[in-house]
Amino acid sequence: MARFVVRRLLVMVAMLFAISLVTFLLFIVALPNGNPAALIAGRLANPAEVHLITVRYGFNKPIWVQYIKTIANIFGGTAYSYQSYFNVDAEIEAGLPATISLALGAGVIWLLTSILFGTLAAIRAGRYTDRVLTVLSMIGVSMPPFFFGAILIYYAGYKLGLIPLSGYVNITNPAQWLWHLIAPWITLSILFVGIYSRILRSTILDTVNEDFVRTAKAKGLSQGQVLRRHILRNSLVPIISLWGLDLAQVIGGGAILTESVYSLHGVGYLAYQSVSHLDTVTLMSIVMLTALAVVVLGALTEIFYAFLDPRIRLQ
Amino acid sequence: MSLIDPAPAQLTDGGLPAELIAEAAEVGPGVGPYQLAWRRMKRNRVSLAFGVLFLLIVLLCLLAPVYSHDIAHIGPDAENYGTIKVGGKTENIVSLIGIPIGPTWELGHYFLGADENGRDVAVRLLYGGRNSLEIGAVATLITMVLATICGLLAGYFRGLTDGIISRVLDVIWAYPAVLLGIVLGTVLEVHGLGPFHGTTLLSTALVIGFVYIPYVAKPIRAQVLALREREFVDAARQQGLAHVRIMVSEILPNVASTIIVFIPLMLANAILTEAGLTYLGAGVQPPNPSWGTMISQGINNIPAAFSNVLVPGIMLVLAVLSINVFGDGLRDALDPRAKIRLGKDTASVGELSH
Repeated sequence: MARFVVRRLLVMVAMLFAISLVTFLLFIVALPNGNPAALIAGRLANPAEVHLITVRYGFNKPIWVQYIKTIANIFGGTAYSYQSYFNVDAEIEAGLPATISLALGAGVIWLLTSILFGTLAAIRAGRYTDRVLTVLSMIGVSMPPFFFGAILIYYAGYKLGLIPLSGYVNITNPAQWLWHLIAPWITLSILFVGIYSRILRSTILDTVNEDFVRTAKAKGLSQGQVLRRHILRNSLVPIISLWGLDLAQVIGGGAILTESVYSLHGVGYLAYQSVSHLDTVTLMSIVMLTALAVVVLGALTEIFYAFLDPRIRLQ
Repeated sequence: MSLIDPAPAQLTDGGLPAELIAEAAEVGPGVGPYQLAWRRMKRNRVSLAFGVLFLLIVLLCLLAPVYSHDIAHIGPDAENYGTIKVGGKTENIVSLIGIPIGPTWELGHYFLGADENGRDVAVRLLYGGRNSLEIGAVATLITMVLATICGLLAGYFRGLTDGIISRVLDVIWAYPAVLLGIVLGTVLEVHGLGPFHGTTLLSTALVIGFVYIPYVAKPIRAQVLALREREFVDAARQQGLAHVRIMVSEILPNVASTIIVFIPLMLANAILTEAGLTYLGAGVQPPNPSWGTMISQGINNIPAAFSNVLVPGIMLVLAVLSINVFGDGLRDALDPRAKIRLGKDTASVGELSH
């Protein structure tokens, strides 16, 4: 076990390094001639000013020095946007409440709904309910969130006045907070419900044929008990591990489309705005932090699994 | 609850569901796996119908120039702020306060209304569909070709080759697809890479194609790892065949069904991602029409003309839905034991396109 953990952590560290380097290089390439000084100085700057900025920001240093400095800035909380001069880490922090509210609420909704739909579809496999749920999940995975969001905003918000048109209200005002988040939660959940319920349905149908289910039946458990204690408990494992990873990605700005259609000022919205302003420092920080979070969470999940299931350690 | 009494899925020898064994007994010898899959496919009317629907959409979009030239008599980028006659009444195409005309339901002009620049939505819808489908197709091609090569090399050679390829794929995989897409899209927009620069549709296709490689390469690699231990690969090696030959003519045919199953999935995803990236400003650049640009322009114009969101949106959902339903049927036909499952081996698919 200890050997597995050490090896996995070493791979994780190597991945962290590779990802930070790749992200950094991507953005260096993204800047005109690899020198953001011209960008910072603005359109009317003379060469002397550009040179001054180049020297002061250290853009003339070797690339590996710049890399180390960039990483130190991002993790030390001293990275500043070249466009707005705001502290990037503070900006990301300011976006976290909205993003976490969106992610957790939607996460609970999509997990519970897909457990319900997936189980229902599996129990009624091949019948009418199953077909209807299949069609619904197909529509769910085919629906872009910004299109669905636009429909909700126009019909439920603008026409009927049932939901607010956009924006986020801090949780200190719980009623408004809830009211503003209902539509984004539903919008973000739809895709995941489509995917998760399909996966759960097929996992349950696989599990039904396992020996332990036959044993449970043979020892006289009721059908409900077999379903809850033996089938569901085993079938939920893949869903829950997916759920952790997806939640991490959504918190790291993965809900960018939902956040931008509802103007929820979260991390995704920040990323969206930095794209339109070509604000490379902010975008780089978001992308880097998200990718790093995914790697760390992935490693932790794997170690946790190895702890539960000794077979994984030997692979 | 039929679930607890698994009559239809009862397992018999070899772990094959009884219905498949019955089917094998029924078709008899000499029927290849693809013939078998085709027979199953033919029985699945719903998914065939959706496949036909998708072909119709493709055909319509390919006929865009015909509609534009001979029926609507207006190009996709032509702006017209004049007036037209609808049902005997003369109406402004774009009203004085900037609200475009809604659908006229007359094939000759502004069948689906105009956008805020006075362009014909129906004409743009078809041209935009052509671009969206083209990007989707090219992106899918890029993903499938590169993923197959990566999966074959990593699975066949194992060791160092596998280590390098798998780690590179892991790095790509660690980024949320949409975020990586916008980063690469922005890089290409600013800097360009040979022929892929700025406003060409190809660069969007390249970005989307690249981002999804790990999602396909990982399952292919897993299959190749298992296949290379089989007797027929040993036999080929004993005959002294070259590695490339073994990979292409011995192993590739055996992963072909996986590749085929992934194609519609990836096509649907690529079309959705194009729309998403474009909505965020990192995909197709206006005035190029695509379903993504049309939806995002429509959203910017809410509430003046909601039909400008609905028309391309519904078309997009229809196209993606039809590919998905067809692809689902295709998977059932080619892979009835559901070995290939996006999401099982590749983990988080959820982030593919939100």
